[in-house]
Amino acid sequence: MAAQTVASTENSTVDLGPAAALSCRECGHRVPLGPVFACEECFGPLEIAYDFSAYETEELRKRIEAGPSNIWRYAPLLPVPADVATKPNINPGWTQLVQADNLARELGVDAGKLFIKDDSGNPTHSFKDRVVAQALEAARAFGFTTLSCSSTGNLAGAVGAAAARAGFRSCVFIPHDLEQGKVVMAAVYGGELVGIEGNYDDVNRFCSELIGDPAGEGWGFVNVNLRPYYAEGSKTLAYEICEQLGWQLPDQLVVPIASGSQLTKIDKGLQELIKLGLVEDKPYKIFGAQAEGCSPVSTAFKAGHDVVRPQKPDTIAKSLAIGNPADGPYVLDIARRTGGAVEDVNDEQVVDAIKVLARTEGIFAETAGGVTVGVTRKLIESGVLDPGKTTVVLNTGDGLKTLDAVAGTGLTATIRPNLDSFREAGLV
Amino acid sequence: MSVTVRIPTILRTYTGGQAEVAAEGANLGEVIADLEKNHTGIAARVLDDQGKLRRFVNVYVNDDDVRFEQGLETATPDGAGVSIIPAVAGG
Repeated sequence: MAAQTVASTENSTVDLGPAAALSCRECGHRVPLGPVFACEECFGPLEIAYDFSAYETEELRKRIEAGPSNIWRYAPLLPVPADVATKPNINPGWTQLVQADNLARELGVDAGKLFIKDDSGNPTHSFKDRVVAQALEAARAFGFTTLSCSSTGNLAGAVGAAAARAGFRSCVFIPHDLEQGKVVMAAVYGGELVGIEGNYDDVNRFCSELIGDPAGEGWGFVNVNLRPYYAEGSKTLAYEICEQLGWQLPDQLVVPIASGSQLTKIDKGLQELIKLGLVEDKPYKIFGAQAEGCSPVSTAFKAGHDVVRPQKPDTIAKSLAIGNPADGPYVLDIARRTGGAVEDVNDEQVVDAIKVLARTEGIFAETAGGVTVGVTRKLIESGVLDPGKTTVVLNTGDGLKTLDAVAGTGLTATIRPNLDSFREAGLV
Repeated sequence: MSVTVRIPTILRTYTGGQAEVAAEGANLGEVIADLEKNHTGIAARVLDDQGKLRRFVNVYVNDDDVRFEQGLETATPDGAGVSIIPAVAGG
């Protein structure tokens, strides 16, 4: 197993910038930086512990603002070497924060208060580029040359692209029945793409077993043995949102939940900015969004539970279709701690929300974006989300990946190529 | 009932590095108890102080996640494969 063969200790020769060690989120057990993801004491998830003690706030702010227009502007806060921007990577991030006044009017939110963080603008058109770019740097540091993952589709494309850019081999595992668009967008990068007969949880299980087998020796699974590094990429969403708001915290965020990792890391990123003095400390609320057909976290939240009972997914929002979300308990903690909530919408509401966002803001979201916009509307209607507060809604992927969801959308009219026909069609 | 148990990397210190070991038991709870007899210390890694499966451990009997079945009471038929897997995030 590669985990035992890679030399990596606290303060070792592995250069991952301010990353100091891996720390168990459950029991606090600390281990050296390495390609491991589960605590040897309690199976809890390992995450990066940093040493930010050398930073002076205004100097750090200037350094960030002078950085590149991608996630590497935040390199001082990430597990990457200081010269990361010079290495071949897909350089995602610094996507648009769109002031969504038209959508605000539609949803009954005050003008100037609603924003869409549109991560469809990343190199492979989803937020997954952020986490994969991180994992690639960890893979490089640990000497891996094959990049792999279990994926609901978006991650597969991001891994394929990053591996191609960096000159790595890629071998990616997906459920066999994914949307055709996502299959093509993953396969086109030339890596190996393997369909597994089962759902995402089955794929994840397979990869977890492969990693402990000699067949997986030397492979960097971005969301398994590189997970502690990979997950940190989602912090950059928090950093960007705050910097784009003029170094201010939003009052409310609506974040999709698949595994729950993104939401927990956005919270971690916001907390880091507060501790570093880069934003003024004030309350914020984080709301989680799920599809009704895969809503284990929402169900637990509404029932007042602090454990998440797995579900068998059945929803068009396949990028969120993780029935056994590993970070679900942490999402519940964060939603409750910040005064937020976790809500879900059905597939019909997801499709309607995709169309509303496209019609009002010219943003074509994949189904996960339909989930967040749909949940935002539901939370406003139920009085849970305050329409007078600054609210950021995440769109984590491009609608071109899930065209099937809006397949009924088409021509307004078909006419002969002359003006009479145009007038007859009632289009004047 | 004799079953084969797949051991995750982080527990192989208890099995002398073996990725698969044999165990006996009519249900998962009995299988874990039998594992503990031969590989002392392993049960405390899989079960919490109340004797329940830890929340970041997934266990499958053949292809079935025991959380969808009867948990530690899930039957382990003769020849079954039991997999112990750390929970992972995804996407």
